[in-house]
Amino acid sequence: MAFLELSKVRKQFSNVAAPAVQDFNLSVERGEFVSFLGPSGCGKTTTLRMIAGFEHPTVGKIVINGKEVTGVAANKRKIGMVFQSYALFPNMTVADNIGFGLRVAKRPKAEIEPRVQEMLKLIHLEDKAKRYPAQLSGGQQQRVALARALAIKPELLLLDEPLSALDAKIRVSLRNEIRAIQRQTGVTAIYVTHDQEEAMSLSDRIVVMSEGRMEQVGTPFEIYNFPQTQFVASFVGTLNRMQARVADPSAGALEVEGQPLTAARAVEANRGETIAIALRPEMIHLAKGTEGVEMNHLNGAVEETTFLGSIVRTRVRLRDSVISFDTFNNPNLALPQRGEMLSVVFPREAILLLKGPSAAQESAV
Amino acid sequence: MKRSTFWGLFWVTLAALYLFLPLWGAFDFSLRAERDVIGFASYTRAFADDDFWRTFTFSNQMAFVSIIVSVLLIVPTAYWVQLKLPHLRPVVEFITLLPFVIPAIILVFGYIKLYSSPLELGPLTIFPALTNTDLSTNVLLIAGYVVLALPYMYRSVDNGLRAIDVRTLTEAAQSLGAGWFTIMFRIIMPNLRAALLSGALLTFAIVVGELTLATFLGRPAFGPYLQQLGQHKAYEPAALSIVSFLLTWLAMILIYFVTRGSNAQVTGAH
Amino acid sequence: MAQAALAPSAKPNPLVARFAGVPLAWIGLLPFFIFALMFLILPSLSLFTGSFTDAQGNFTFQNILDLSREDIVDAYMLSIQISVVTAIIGGLFGFFIAYALVMTGVPSALRTSLVTFCGVASNFAGVPLAFAFVAALGRTGYITAVLRDTIGYDIYDHGFNLYSFLGLSLTYLYFQFPLMVLVMMPALEGLRREWREASENLGATGIQYWRYIALPILTPSILGTMILLFGNAFGAYATAYALTGGRLQLVSIQIGAQIRGDVLHNPGLGYAMGFGMVVIMALSILAYTWLQRRAERWLQ
Repeated sequence: MAFLELSKVRKQFSNVAAPAVQDFNLSVERGEFVSFLGPSGCGKTTTLRMIAGFEHPTVGKIVINGKEVTGVAANKRKIGMVFQSYALFPNMTVADNIGFGLRVAKRPKAEIEPRVQEMLKLIHLEDKAKRYPAQLSGGQQQRVALARALAIKPELLLLDEPLSALDAKIRVSLRNEIRAIQRQTGVTAIYVTHDQEEAMSLSDRIVVMSEGRMEQVGTPFEIYNFPQTQFVASFVGTLNRMQARVADPSAGALEVEGQPLTAARAVEANRGETIAIALRPEMIHLAKGTEGVEMNHLNGAVEETTFLGSIVRTRVRLRDSVISFDTFNNPNLALPQRGEMLSVVFPREAILLLKGPSAAQESAV
Repeated sequence: MKRSTFWGLFWVTLAALYLFLPLWGAFDFSLRAERDVIGFASYTRAFADDDFWRTFTFSNQMAFVSIIVSVLLIVPTAYWVQLKLPHLRPVVEFITLLPFVIPAIILVFGYIKLYSSPLELGPLTIFPALTNTDLSTNVLLIAGYVVLALPYMYRSVDNGLRAIDVRTLTEAAQSLGAGWFTIMFRIIMPNLRAALLSGALLTFAIVVGELTLATFLGRPAFGPYLQQLGQHKAYEPAALSIVSFLLTWLAMILIYFVTRGSNAQVTGAH
Repeated sequence: MAQAALAPSAKPNPLVARFAGVPLAWIGLLPFFIFALMFLILPSLSLFTGSFTDAQGNFTFQNILDLSREDIVDAYMLSIQISVVTAIIGGLFGFFIAYALVMTGVPSALRTSLVTFCGVASNFAGVPLAFAFVAALGRTGYITAVLRDTIGYDIYDHGFNLYSFLGLSLTYLYFQFPLMVLVMMPALEGLRREWREASENLGATGIQYWRYIALPILTPSILGTMILLFGNAFGAYATAYALTGGRLQLVSIQIGAQIRGDVLHNPGLGYAMGFGMVVIMALSILAYTWLQRRAERWLQ
């Protein structure tokens, strides 16, 4: 049995018509690191707060370690939580902040002090024990918040966009530190973020959410390479999306603005229907004229060329659709000029067949 | 209803009653000036008194002059401190907080001791006794009012100046060829409109019914008049208290609208 | 902003450069310093020197020693008592109301009107306030009459008197607790929701949250504001005089009588009383500043 289970969870706020979260089903194994990824307002934080006990589901149940906690108060759940704004207690020193959970649990001093020391060591802030939070940098404060959450030895750690208030450089180093500490302590972690790179680099699995629904659940590899819905495709990575007409479903034959394409597998749609497809930019190349027949070709006019140093980004317009792809810089080659007619090639596997915007299914491609 | 909401409403109702009942009491009382008739007789009578208009006008004049003087004194000072002498800020702030330590009764006591005889420095007379003429006593009264309003006015102006980038505004104006007068009256003051208005309204609320300074300096102000009226009348003082309350209310409402969205002090001295 | 093109620069301002080396920038503050000297500092100092001068103009400590006279000590005690009582009761009452306004589901229209009302009430002092209370709670006042006519309870028959310690305290509370409400509301709003959630998350109960986090954070503002209320009542003259005339021998009332006509038969003693008042006010402001520092210690 999974360590954390949410089944059919739904949250409806009384002042908003649309549910904040609906039909949320998820099983998380012990020790797993799972991210909720999505734009703001997609319900990821609400779901996290329901796990923490700050909100209560309208429908559905939440089970942690075999015990249902749906109606249990937040202060009885023994879950660690790290907040976006750190939420350190300003009137307490770093050490007092870290020891707070043990203090309110009335643990003896002899237990609290070594535990606090251990935590300070874990976050490499042994010398800051007597400081007040306001005397620390943002990154240090968030490490203290992490230590405070872990000091009570929670079995589940919730992180609500813990890095979004920090600047880019610290974000990356602290991200690695969080993952290392999570591995070291073996705590099960749920991580909320709107940053796909963060989610990709940290997680065992990612739950992509949109408008209160789960769009797709999978490993970072699956989410990136095989997005199942238009939303995931648009939110994760930099896919080229376009509309295609189905020419022959069983052969995977498609047509984009009159130009034929062939997908690597059969299309689950009827002849003549229009479906959404996506092209992965890293598999698109400029045609050299030597490609085999199994490659797809698309012709268009160069709309814009952007020189980005090591790479060159080219946008080619077909008629309504635009394909953007990157090529490595090569000083011996001239840059494509605006208006120049080009042919791009890509293998059949580069074509992703997307489902409708709201379809959320967990099946792998 | 949630239990906390119940207790919230309980305390809020209690507060509202405490604030409202004395006013309602005074209002109801003021309507019963004539036996068995509910009416505004006490108001008509209070307003019919020439002394009321005389003292009320006097107090308003004093308030007006006090506001002008404090604006002219405080805006350049606060501006100059921010622009040129930031290291003197603690000194200036300390002085502006002194009126909290020195109540009006002490202030006027000091004025009378110091200024009821000529100010002399050795054989040199700097100026004659200020309490000798009406005009010079008015000067003392206005100075006292400026002092009473100092903490509120200064803080209001200082916050206002912090909200605009004084240095950049000044340098921009200078680079366009503006002189100090233009900078002060065409650039700084207009940008402080909200702060100045709220400071002015607060000064008005403090000054118009003020008793202590006016009484001991013997000036024919509204505060002493109302106090005297209370010695031998019952209904008119109640009526004028209601009027005073409405004026204070008006000043506060105006401050609220003027300073919406900014942080302004809304309380004065007693 | 319109001046965005002209970024602030570290370059010295031409005017400052011209004055460099000469402290001419001081001139800008001269009017303010002269005003403060003439109408704030010198008058106070003159009371100070007067306290140490006898009738012949010689230096003496006698005036200060005479402050221990029974009637004078009584006046100070009475002033301090009424200030402490109204500061504590007004402070607690104001705190509960601020709490109710910020933390519970009080409708926002009610909230806005009460806050505006508090702004008015904290400025509505002096003669008009005293008369409103006379009209409401005086012997023939409205509330007195209503209580007598409806439930047959005559508060004056049961020992109440508006012109007493209790009556004056009730009147002072009219401007004391609203001031507390106005100062405490931002302080309570400053308690972040995350602090409460973080403490709950770590297993703390609501009581533990208040005991370890909210109250320690609020204590300096609560005590500091109560000290302001103390000074507010201690220095008050107009309200007390208009309400009770000379019936309550507060320090401010005695000083007023002394200004009117040397009732102490010793001007020096009068100055010493004023000086004592300033000392007490100064001590309370010092305590206030100390508390503010303490509060800011966390924020540095």
